[in-house]
Amino acid sequence: MTTQTVPPGAHLPDHPEFLWRTPTPKKNYDVVIVGGGGHGLATAHYLAKNHGITNVAVLERGWLAGGNMARNTTLIRSNYLWDESTRIYEHALKLWEGLEDDLDYPILFKQCGVLNLAHSLQDVRDSVRRVEANKLNGVDAHWVDADEVKKLCPIVNVSDDIRYPVMGATYQPRAGIAKHDYVAWGFARRADQAGIDIIQNCEVTGFVTDGDRVTGVRTTQGDIGAGQVALCAAGHTSTLTDMLGIRTPLQSHPLQALVSELLEPVHPTIVMSNAVHVYVSQAHKGELVMGAGVDSYNGYGQRGAFHIIERQMAAAVELFPVFARAHLLRTWGGIVDVCPDASPIVGRTPYENLYLNAGWGTGGFKATPGIGWCLADTIANDEPHEFVAPFSLDRFVSGALVDEHGAAGVAH
Amino acid sequence: MQLIECPWCGTREETEFHYGGQAHVAYPEDPQALTDEEWARYVFFRTNPKGLFAERWSHSAGCRRWFNAVRDTATYRFHSVYRPDEQRPS
Repeated sequence: MTTQTVPPGAHLPDHPEFLWRTPTPKKNYDVVIVGGGGHGLATAHYLAKNHGITNVAVLERGWLAGGNMARNTTLIRSNYLWDESTRIYEHALKLWEGLEDDLDYPILFKQCGVLNLAHSLQDVRDSVRRVEANKLNGVDAHWVDADEVKKLCPIVNVSDDIRYPVMGATYQPRAGIAKHDYVAWGFARRADQAGIDIIQNCEVTGFVTDGDRVTGVRTTQGDIGAGQVALCAAGHTSTLTDMLGIRTPLQSHPLQALVSELLEPVHPTIVMSNAVHVYVSQAHKGELVMGAGVDSYNGYGQRGAFHIIERQMAAAVELFPVFARAHLLRTWGGIVDVCPDASPIVGRTPYENLYLNAGWGTGGFKATPGIGWCLADTIANDEPHEFVAPFSLDRFVSGALVDEHGAAGVAH
Repeated sequence: MQLIECPWCGTREETEFHYGGQAHVAYPEDPQALTDEEWARYVFFRTNPKGLFAERWSHSAGCRRWFNAVRDTATYRFHSVYRPDEQRPS
């Protein structure tokens, strides 16, 4: 009797072409980027594209784009209050509008518009002020009343007998959503094509310093020399700056989100409500995607408390009664690094060749191409790009804070 | 839901508590004498460890008193709770 052994999976077609290589790290790079999420990959792409700098490594402690890039709610908008924020987020939004061509890769960017609901007279005043500020900054922004909210998103409950009645909303038609994984893969593929090494499963365990310079990083794959180093580690930034003795005002918090089962298209726009701490969009596949507010305590656990989700659902069901029949498919958490003024920290550090990019809190995804562009420029010219200059670490000493709690504090 | 032990009331649900951030941040002895840098560090800069963290909590929906806790920020497990007039347990 003969037995023929066929290895499992032998009948399957060949693995499709990989989008990037899996290189072993070289001894030295001109630029080492710590963090292979959206910001790190975008920075690598623009270093190559805009500045011709390709002797670059992107180090990722886990798998590519598996942190906040895989956990956010993919909302993209630029209707922030202050000039400084609007400039960087509007720069990002303009890049999003051409990103599919730039990357030559589908990212499913859909400009479905965002409604930021106002539920009280003070909300109305703040919202109208923000709309006017946006218009002065060349951002598309409109104030719409409750009837217009109903027209733009028919499933919103605009009756006046709910706990937080809808009194109107700000509307940014150019806002939208994108497929987060595809965005990361698109950037990674482009960076890899330019010769940049993307090194996964490579955790930074320390730094090699010489006076006020960082000369290399110690990793789980050995020491790697670096001409310049950029930290793009989001929620884990403090673990790196602690190794270097750099103090920051960052606090890491869990931030949760969830999706429903796949549904028919019912939700044509993004709807956000700061007052009730919920924001909703419908993904291309049909899941309702909802985000909550941050959990109050510091945490690195990539999970949060159930009562946060429970309250968020209560708010969502009141605003969208049709959601009462939807089933929750999954919830998850990421770690967001939050600053006291709800704005990021980008730019120089006490080490002359080390650049910090952190503190994006609950809003890092939408900034991805914009910050990649500006951080690459900062690294290439060794001078903070004008769009990120206001977000220096020094602002906490000078007092020149960029207080975005109103437009960014909770909902993104 | 996570249960948290109040040093006065005993174990209660997490929703009864309010978070207060890093513990043992003393008000400056002579605030007038601080430089801008020192003032910024007192007002804005807090440690953000992954691991054990001494922090303040308030039993806001119970006895409304503040207390301190040592909690692991990676696992969210509380290691000890103690009153503000007590030393941090080693």
